[in-house]
Amino acid sequence: MVELSKLKFGDELLKRGFAKMTKGGVIMDVTTAEQAKIAEKSGAVAVMALERVPADIRKEGGVARMADPLKIKEIINAVSIPVMAKVRIGHITEAYVLENLGVDMLDESEVLTPADPFYHINKKLYKVPVVCGARTFPEAVRRIFEGAAMIRTKGEAGTGNIIEAMRHIRTVNDGIKILKDLTNDELYNVAESISKSYTSLREQTSMELFGDSKKLPLNDVYYGMDAKTIIDSIFKVLKDIKKMGRLPVVNFAAGGVATPSDAALMMKMGMDGVFVGSGIFKSRNPEKMAQAIVDATENFEDYKLISDVSSGLEGMAGLEIENIEKLQDRGW
Amino acid sequence: MNIGILNIQGDVQEHFDMIKSLKRKYNVSPVKVNSVNDLENIDGLIIPGGESTVIYKFLIKNNLYDKIKSMALNNDLAVMGTCAGAIILSKDTGDDRVTGMGLLDITIKRNAYGRQVDSFIKEVQINGMGAFNAVFIRAPEIEVPGNVNILSELNNRAVFVTDKNLDIMALTFHPELTGDPRIHEYFISKIKK
Repeated sequence: MVELSKLKFGDELLKRGFAKMTKGGVIMDVTTAEQAKIAEKSGAVAVMALERVPADIRKEGGVARMADPLKIKEIINAVSIPVMAKVRIGHITEAYVLENLGVDMLDESEVLTPADPFYHINKKLYKVPVVCGARTFPEAVRRIFEGAAMIRTKGEAGTGNIIEAMRHIRTVNDGIKILKDLTNDELYNVAESISKSYTSLREQTSMELFGDSKKLPLNDVYYGMDAKTIIDSIFKVLKDIKKMGRLPVVNFAAGGVATPSDAALMMKMGMDGVFVGSGIFKSRNPEKMAQAIVDATENFEDYKLISDVSSGLEGMAGLEIENIEKLQDRGW
Repeated sequence: MNIGILNIQGDVQEHFDMIKSLKRKYNVSPVKVNSVNDLENIDGLIIPGGESTVIYKFLIKNNLYDKIKSMALNNDLAVMGTCAGAIILSKDTGDDRVTGMGLLDITIKRNAYGRQVDSFIKEVQINGMGAFNAVFIRAPEIEVPGNVNILSELNNRAVFVTDKNLDIMALTFHPELTGDPRIHEYFISKIKK
């Protein structure tokens, strides 16, 4: 029997296990209980509660925070599928509030306005699992080290443009691919390089106090951990990835999925599932679009079916990436 | 012997890998099942954990629901359901979003223990097997075990049941997540019979 001491309440197994139950599914952004019901009826595997969909956040601007707890309670009461909710990057308290509300998974999301300029949340402190976005392989590794039970591409939310999600999939996958050719020493060098962002605050302090960024010791730089502990933990994550040939957590696509073909493309690229934000409730017929995206995700190589379900759907208007503020650059 | 894993949604790969790890010992091969045609070449079927509403919709849409049910009732197919899979096999879900196949005489309640924050791991005793670390994730609860064998209970509620005649079994936890193969081995032994 597997040792019980390794399987404690609220531990990694339950968090990663929860994420595994969403594999092959579509997670849909919703802002009201009514939308949540449509999502559930259309075959969403979970809903993501937020105040405004990314396309509206982009248009209206201002500070985007976690959704109103009243809204979240209404959404929780409206559906039987899991309810996720977005929390600002580094907003430790919003995360506890959402956990307390009974949210099943948190999304520490660049779509909201970041709360902490230095650190992402220490996701190991929470009983509920957390998903985080990543543009690059080092970002994905840092989030997993911090306890993310699931990774998703950041893509470029609210644009209906898939190019950034594709960029992030290819970038992360190339990092995974290259690990298998690295020796343990090289892997450790990679761990050192990936861990650098945790010491930037201390180096800044050192520079301000002594005019030398390397003068102060790197103890207690992230939640009581010193730099060496962080490097060793990241080294362990890298060894896991090398052994498995993939991220050790569920890996979804997000940010720019607007059509059934976009969703099927993400699955074809080997992703475990898709998040759809503005793509559904910014389309002309959300229910039809939601069902079509679920069908395309489940049958991502059935091109006849994808053409059938895509016929006559009017997707959201799309945006060119060059002309807009990039939400993906939030977080590091 | 081929063991199918219903490949719609959920932790398909974890069941697949578990069967694959038992390949040499029991001469079994895992096969992913996406369509009615895939059912022809399998001896047993695992319905994995996931979202029962999503799995149910797909089964209906792709004519798998009735086919699996009739094959199981004819004793042509052994079936094991874990978590969401147990809901699909039940007689009564009390929820019009998911209608059980009625292959097991049980009433089941979805998300009976609460939300994800209430998910837990607990050692349960299984008849003929002993202690097993059972992972319950937003788990359902078997409320009224009818004409079934109860192999394990937690807080006086059945968590692992088998049909008295057919090779059909349901668990409300996830034996595919802990790396302990005994429940999959038990399922394989039932198919051989």
